[in-house]
Order: sequence, then structure tokens, then C-alpha cells
Amino acid sequence: MEVNIQGAPILFTIPVLGGIPITSTLVVTWAIMALLTGLSIFLTRGLKVKNISKRQAIAEYLVATAEKFVHGNMGEKWDRYVPLVSALFALSIVSSLSSLVGVYAPTADVNTELAWAILVFVLITYTKIRTNGPLGYAKGFTEPIFILTPFNIISELATPISMAFRHFGNIVSGYVISTLVYAALAAANRALFGLLPGAVGQILAQIPFLDVGVPAILSLYFDWFSSFMQAFIFSMLTMMYIASAAESD
Amino acid sequence: MLERALILMGCAIGAGLALIAGIGPGIGEGYAVGKTCEAIGRQPEAKSDLTSTMLLGCAIAETTGIYGFVTGLLLIFVAPGLFLGML
Repeated sequence: MEVNIQGAPILFTIPVLGGIPITSTLVVTWAIMALLTGLSIFLTRGLKVKNISKRQAIAEYLVATAEKFVHGNMGEKWDRYVPLVSALFALSIVSSLSSLVGVYAPTADVNTELAWAILVFVLITYTKIRTNGPLGYAKGFTEPIFILTPFNIISELATPISMAFRHFGNIVSGYVISTLVYAALAAANRALFGLLPGAVGQILAQIPFLDVGVPAILSLYFDWFSSFMQAFIFSMLTMMYIASAAESD
Repeated sequence: MLERALILMGCAIGAGLALIAGIGPGIGEGYAVGKTCEAIGRQPEAKSDLTSTMLLGCAIAETTGIYGFVTGLLLIFVAPGLFLGML
């Protein structure tokens, strides 16, 4: 019985600078970005003020939801973060759900989340420097006393790492557990139908009947619920960290 | 041969120990959910707010468990190759 759990497969290698490996993460992420961009262009074509089409109604509903989400968590003055947060949310949820069509989900690769988390970290630092000034930002590390500076730096750096690993761990644990359950059910199936005598048992044991249905329940939790939850939490934390960075202390 | 066996054994035991980290989030999230149920019982009209706050809190409480899980994954899939390569 072969159980195969591995990272993102390398599709091809660009032969410059000693070979740059192109993993399926990169390819799928670009495909998802193209999909989302295409969807946005499709939804917002031919906007009208009166007699709006169904397409425009969907677009307006999505934009209104995103704005309500950001306003509810950050306040009215953070309008310019609506595109960022909704883009992160959409990218995250579509990436996680892409495992449903059989590709290796980009969010099951830690590089994806680390890239997003570093982006958020840069924004947090930018907001802090903007609020308190460069000196105030540097001075913030020595609060409440000077000796705690290394710990403050560590806790500052822990923010993006914990954000990235939270998302990554949830998605990849779903992947690992579903793979194991598939393999276990196939093995149980082989043991069960192998009990039948003769060639019938041999043939039936090769067809994994037990793999039908049962993993779908797991998929409901690990793929649908977990993907939505992690996208929600990632964008929520993004908003909360940025909003709290703007409070001058 | 003995070194290889020792390395693999250490990685396997370490992965098992790392997964003990799952206890904490389990207890913590159960406590959070229980408290949320109490709060909903007291104020059913605040259900949607309470639920979203609870889910966010649960996800943050889960972080330590996720750290344990990632450590376990590293010990199973990365560390044996790394340490065996050092020999």
C-alpha cells in the first residue's frame, strides 16, 4: 500500500541562474489570479445607473459585502483597504478550494501564505511608521522598559510567521488527513472484499467501493468550512493588525 | 546503520511528542465554545456577533496546535532527510 504525501510538484525548470524550479503553486496561483481578474472584468462590464443587469447586481452585492466587512472591523476611514482585504480573501478562498478540482492547492504550500503575511507585515510596519514617525516606531520597541527590546522584536516578527503558519497548517492538515483516510478506506476495502472466495473477490477488492461517499463528509469540513474559515481569519487579522497599528500610543 | 536507526527513531518519537500540542487548543476551544453557548442562551439576539467572534478566537487559540502539527510534519518529512544527509 503506497501512501503518497508530498509538497507541491515541480512542473518544469527555467534554465537560468542554475535553474529556477516552477512549482504547480506558481502556475495555479497565476491561473487563479487570471480567473479572478477575468471574473471581475466580466462582472463590471457595462455598468449602468438604472435598469441594472443581474451581473451588475452580483458585482454590487460583492462590493457592498466587502465594504461592510471592512467598515465593521476597521471603521469608516479605512476605505482604501477594501480592495486589499477583499483581494486577499478571494485569492485565499479560491486557492484553498482549488484542491476540489484536483490540483495541488497553492495554500497547501507555505510559500504562498508567507508571501501574503510578509505583505501584511510590510503594511503594518508602514502604518506604524506613518502614525508614530520613524523615531516613534523605533522607540515603540523599548516599551515598557529598555531590557524588553529583544522580546518586542521577536513578537513583532512572530506576527507574520504565525499568520502564515496558521493558514498553512489548517489547509495542509486537511490534505494530509484526507489522503490518509482515502488510503485507509482503500486498504479496508481490500481486506473486506478479499474475504470473498475466488476471482470475484480478487476483482472486487481492486475497486475501492468504500472510497465513495465517506471522504465527501470530511471534504465538507476540511475543504469547504476550513477554506472559508481561514480566508475569513486571514483577512480579519490583516484588518485588525493594521487598524491597531494606526492607534498611536 | 545504528546512526540511521537512531535518527529515524528520534524523528518519529519527536513527531509523536509534538502532536501533544493538540491537547491545549482542544481544551481551550471547547471552553470558548461552551462560554459562547452560555452567552447565546442569555442573549439569543446577539448570536451572529458571538459566533463570528468565537470562530476568530478559536482560530487564534488553534495556533499552538498548528505549530505542533507543523513541527510534526517537519520531523516526519524534512528532518530525516536533513539529518541523514549530514552523516
